[in-house]
Amino acid sequence: MKITVDEEKCCGAGQCVLIAPAVFDQRDDDGIVILLDAEPGEDQHAAVRETAAVCPAGAIVLDE
Amino acid sequence: MTLAYPIPNDTALEPPAEWAKLRGECPVAHVQLPSGDQATLLTRYEDVKQVLADPRLSRLLNAPDAARLSDTDDGGLFSSEMAAIIPDGGEEHQRWRRLVGKWFTAKRMSALRPQMARIAEQLIDEMVERGRPADLKASLGFPLPVYVICDMLGVPAADRERFSYWSDTLLNLTKYEKSEIDAAQAEFFQYMSDHLAAKRAEPGDDLLSELIAAGGPEDGGLTELQVLVTGMALLVAGHETTANMIGKMVAMLLADRTRWERLLADPSLIRTAVEESLRFDANSGFGLPRYLPEETEVGGTVLPKGTTVICSMAAANRDEGAFDAADRLDLTRSPNPHLAFGSGAHSCLGQALARTELQVVLEVLLRKLPTLVLAVPVEELERLDGLAVGGLLKLPVRW
Ligand code: HEM
Ligand code: SF4
Repeated sequence: MKITVDEEKCCGAGQCVLIAPAVFDQRDDDGIVILLDAEPGEDQHAAVRETAAVCPAGAIVLDE
Repeated sequence: MTLAYPIPNDTALEPPAEWAKLRGECPVAHVQLPSGDQATLLTRYEDVKQVLADPRLSRLLNAPDAARLSDTDDGGLFSSEMAAIIPDGGEEHQRWRRLVGKWFTAKRMSALRPQMARIAEQLIDEMVERGRPADLKASLGFPLPVYVICDMLGVPAADRERFSYWSDTLLNLTKYEKSEIDAAQAEFFQYMSDHLAAKRAEPGDDLLSELIAAGGPEDGGLTELQVLVTGMALLVAGHETTANMIGKMVAMLLADRTRWERLLADPSLIRTAVEESLRFDANSGFGLPRYLPEETEVGGTVLPKGTTVICSMAAANRDEGAFDAADRLDLTRSPNPHLAFGSGAHSCLGQALARTELQVVLEVLLRKLPTLVLAVPVEELERLDGLAVGGLLKLPVRW
C-alpha cells in the first residue's frame, strides 16, 4: 500500500489522525495533514482504507 | 403541487416517508420554503455530496434572486452582512480556515479529553444528586459543549445563558420577530467587541487572543472585524449543534436498549457508534442551502443560474445507494462516510471537537450510569421546532 495526500485539498478535519494516528498527523500551525508513513505495515491497512473513505476533502489517495 | 419544506414530521427519531420517495423518484425536487420562495431540494447521497463540495457555489443567500428561508430571514444566519465577513470561498477562505483550523486539530482535541471527561463527570454527578427522572439534554447535553467552547475562546461560561439566547435567535428560523433578532445580534456584537478589547489589553492563551496576536491581514492574520465575527461564529457553531446531537445520540441508543447493552459489553464500539448516530440522525435540521451563481448540472438535471438548492444531508445519509441497509443503525459500520458535517472545503471546522465531545460523553455515561433508560416511551419524545439545527425538546431519562 502506498499513500499520497493532497495538502491543497486537505481541509484539516482531522479524521485521518483520529482514525490512524500512527500514519497521519496535522501541522501545528495550520492543521494540514502530515503523512508520517507513506507505506505503512499490514496492521494499519484497514484503518488507512477507512481514512481514505471518510476524508471529507478526498485528500487521501491509496495505491494498492 | 409543490412540496412544502421543511417536510412535517410527527416522530422525533424516524425519517419522514417522503425521503425514500424523493430519492427514488424525484431526487431534484421543487419545494416551497416557509417564506413562500421556491427552492430545489436534493436528497440523494451523490448529489448532496457533489453540491456541498462544489467550490463555485455560494453559501450566502444575499443575492437579490436568492430564496429567503423564512419571513424574518433578511438578517438571519445565511444572508446577514455578518456572515459575509468570513470569506465564502477560494484562497481567502482557505487562509481563514487554516488560521482558525489549527485550534481544532485532532491532537489538540485529544489533549482536551481528560478535561472534557471531568466536566462530563461533574455534570452527571449533579444530575444524579437532583434525582430521577432527569432531562439529560438540559443537565449534560447543553452545558458540556458550552463549557468547552467558552474555555477555548476565553469567554466566561457564566455568561452562557446570554450566548444561548443569542445563538437561538440566529439559528431559529421561525420563533423570533425581526426586531428581536436585530436587537440580539447587536447585543452579541457589542459583547464580543468588549471581550476582544479586554483581550487586546490583557491577552490570554485562548484562541481569540492568539488570533489577535497573529496581527492584521498585512501580517497574514485577520482584520479586527473578522476576528470578532469568527468569535461569534464559533460560539454559535460550538453550541446548539453538539448540544442537540448529544441528546439525539443518547435517545437513539436508548430507543432500542440492545444498542446500549452492546456498548456496555464492548466500549471499543464507541467511536463507530458516534459516527453511526451522526449518520442515522433523521432530525438534523433544515439542511444546507447553496446559491447557484451559474448554471449547474446535478443528478442529470440542469439547474438554472440563480437557483437556491437545499441539501438534505440527513436524507442523503439514509440513501441505500451509498450505505448497505441504510435504514438500520449498525454500531460497527465502517467506513461511514456520512455527510452530517458536510463535505469538501467547507466541511465542519469543528468536527474533531464535536466527535471528541460525543465520544467522551458516551464513554462517561456508559461508565457512570450503565442502567440508563428513557423515562418516557420513544413516541413521546418531542422535536424542537423551527431551528436550523434539529434537536429534541427534552430527553427524560432514569437510571
Ligand atoms: C455535532 C455537531 C456539529 C455538526 C453536526 C456540525 C455541522 C456542520 C456542517 C454540516 C457544516 C458545513 C457547512 C457548509 O458546508 O456550508 C459546518 C461548518 C462549520 N462548523 Fe460545524 N457542526 C458541529 C459542531 C461544530 C463545532 C463544535 C464547531 C466549533 C466550535 C463547529 C464549527 C463550524 C464552523 C466554523 C463551520 C464553517 C466552516 C467553513 O466555512 O469552512 N461545528 N458544521
Ligand atoms: S481527514 Fe482529510 S481533510 Fe481531514 S486532515 Fe486528514 S487529509 Fe486533511
